[in-house]
Amino acid sequence: MTERITKSMAKNIYYGGGTFALMIFIALTFDTVHQIPKRSNQQNMTESVVAGKKLWEKNDCVGCHSIVGEGAYYAPELMNVFQRRGASDETAFKAYMQGWMAAQPLAIPNRRKMPQFHLTPTEVDNLSDFLIWTSKIDANDWPPTIEG
Amino acid sequence: MKYTSQSVAKPYFIFALILLAGEILFGLLMGIQYIWGDFLFPLIPFNVLRMVHTNLLIVLLLFGFMGATYYLIPEESENELWSPKLAMITFWVFVVAGVLTILGYLFVPYAQLTELTFNNLLPTMGREFLEQPLPTKVGIVLVVLSYLLNVSMTILKGRRTVITTVLLTGLLGLAVFFLFAFYVPDNLIMDKFFWWFTVHLWVEATWELILGAILAFVLIKVTGVDREHIDKWLYLIIAMTMVSGILGTGHHFFYMGAPEYWLWIGSISSAVEPLPFLLMVLFAFTMARDRKIKHDNEIALTWAKGNAVMGFLGAGVWGFFHTLAPVNMYTHGTQLTAAHGHLSFYGAYVMIIFTVISYAMPILRGRPHGNCAKAQKVELTSFWMMNIGMLGLTLALSAAGIVQIMDQRVGTDLIGFMESQESINGIYMVRAGFGLLVFTGLLTYFYSFFVKEPAKS
Repeated sequence: MTERITKSMAKNIYYGGGTFALMIFIALTFDTVHQIPKRSNQQNMTESVVAGKKLWEKNDCVGCHSIVGEGAYYAPELMNVFQRRGASDETAFKAYMQGWMAAQPLAIPNRRKMPQFHLTPTEVDNLSDFLIWTSKIDANDWPPTIEG
Repeated sequence: MKYTSQSVAKPYFIFALILLAGEILFGLLMGIQYIWGDFLFPLIPFNVLRMVHTNLLIVLLLFGFMGATYYLIPEESENELWSPKLAMITFWVFVVAGVLTILGYLFVPYAQLTELTFNNLLPTMGREFLEQPLPTKVGIVLVVLSYLLNVSMTILKGRRTVITTVLLTGLLGLAVFFLFAFYVPDNLIMDKFFWWFTVHLWVEATWELILGAILAFVLIKVTGVDREHIDKWLYLIIAMTMVSGILGTGHHFFYMGAPEYWLWIGSISSAVEPLPFLLMVLFAFTMARDRKIKHDNEIALTWAKGNAVMGFLGAGVWGFFHTLAPVNMYTHGTQLTAAHGHLSFYGAYVMIIFTVISYAMPILRGRPHGNCAKAQKVELTSFWMMNIGMLGLTLALSAAGIVQIMDQRVGTDLIGFMESQESINGIYMVRAGFGLLVFTGLLTYFYSFFVKEPAKS
C-alpha cells in the first residue's frame, strides 16, 4: 500500500490534515466554552462552591478519588456522592459530611485510609457545596448508576 | 560519536534511568497499599505515592526526550550543538528543581506545600499530573525554553532534515500546550476541559511527533535504509497522528460536562488513533526486513521493534477498548483506564527512551559497535522481563476494571466501590507480582551496563 504513496503526498496529508483537524478543534473549543456555563449551572456557583473547589485542590483530593470520572481510582467517585450518601437532601448531606470528615481515618484494620485533613466546619460545608454543585452538572447521563 | 557536543546527552540518559527506578519503586509501594490499606499509612498516604509515581514518569520522559534530542540533533544537522554549556546548566537546574519537588511531596503535607510555594498567587496545584508547585511549573517553562533555544539554534545553522523538523514541531507543541497548566478557571468543568489541552495534546499528539522522530533516527542508524524511504514513513505516521489525535481529544469530553457532539467526534476520531501506532509497527518491521547493513548493536533494533509493538498494544489496542462513547459510559473512571495508561506510557514512551539509550549509550561510552554479546544478552533478558511484567500488570488491571464495572455499573444487584475493591484484592496481588517482575527486569537492565567488555585481542 505504501508504495503508491510518495513522500510529498505523505507530507501534504500531514500539513493539510493536521491544519484541518486543528481548525475544527479550535471552532468546537469556542462552542464548548460557550456551552459549559449552562451545562454546569454556573449561575449556582456560589462563593462557597468556589471555596470548596480550592479546598479540593489544596488537599489533593483527586490523588485518591475521581470526580466526574477523572482522577485516581483508589477511593470512590464523588460526582454523585450527594445522591449516594445524602439522598439528594442538602441538610442531610452536610450533616453526613461533618461527621464523616471528623471521623477520618477510620480505625478499620487494612481498609484503605483517608487522612485527617483538620478542616473547619465552614470548610467542610464549602466542600459539601462544591460536591452538591458538581452533582448537578449535565455530563450526558453519567455516571450510569448511583454506585458511581 | 561524530560530534563532541553529543556527549551532553549522557547525563540526561543516566538521570532519566535513575528516575525510572524511582518511578517503578513508588508504583510497587502503591501496588502494596492497594492490597493492605495500612501499609505506609499515615507516613505516606496514597495520593503522595501517586504524585511521586506519575510526576517521576513525566520528568523522566522529559529528561529522556532531551537526552535523545541532544544526541541526535548535532548528527542530523551536521553541526556541533549551539551551546553544550547551556545544555548542562539546564540539566542541573532541572535536576535540582525535580529533586526538590519530589522531596517537597514526600516531606511536606500537600496543603502546607501549597502555602509555602505561593499557590495563592496563581492557584495551579492539586490537579491530576499537574500537582507541581508554582515555582516548579515556572522552572519547567524556563528549562523547556532554554532547551528549545539550544535545539532551534543548532538546527538553524545546520542541515535541516525531516527528522529535525518533526522533532522541533513536537517540542514546540510540548512547550505551547504546557502553558494550559497555568490556566485554572473556578468552574470545575471549564478547568477539566482545558486541563486536557496539556494532558491529551501532550501524550496523544505532540509527544507522538517526538516519538516518531527518535524512532526514525534510530532506524536509519541501525538498518541503513535510505533516508527518503524513512522520511515518507515518518510523514505518514505523523499525518495519521495529527488527523486522529487532535480531534481524538474528544474521547475525554464524553462524560465530563462538555456538549453531546463530542460523543460522535471523539468516538470517530479516536477510532482512527490506533492507526499511527499500527503504521509504526509496519515501519519498524519493514525497515528491519529491508535493512542495508547489519549493525552489531542488535539489541537497539530489538527495542525499536518492541517499542512499536508495545506502543500499538498499549496506546492503540487498549485505547480502542474503551474509546467508543457507549462503552466509555461504563468504563469511564475505572481500572481499565489505569490498564491503558500503564501499557501505553510504557510501550510508547518509556520504550522509546530504552531504544535511543540502547543505541546511543554504547557509542557515548566509546563502543561504536554496541555492547559486547554478553551485555546484549543480559539486556535482551531484561527486555522480556519488563515486557512480560508490563503485559501481565495490564491484563490484571483490565480484569480488575471488568469486575469493577460488573459490580458497580451493570445489572440491578450492585455493590459499592469499597466492597467491590475488596473483592478484587486477589487480582491486585497478581498485579503487584507482575510489578515486581518489571522492577527486577529494570535491575537486570541496569546490570547490563556493568557487564565487562572482553579484552581486545
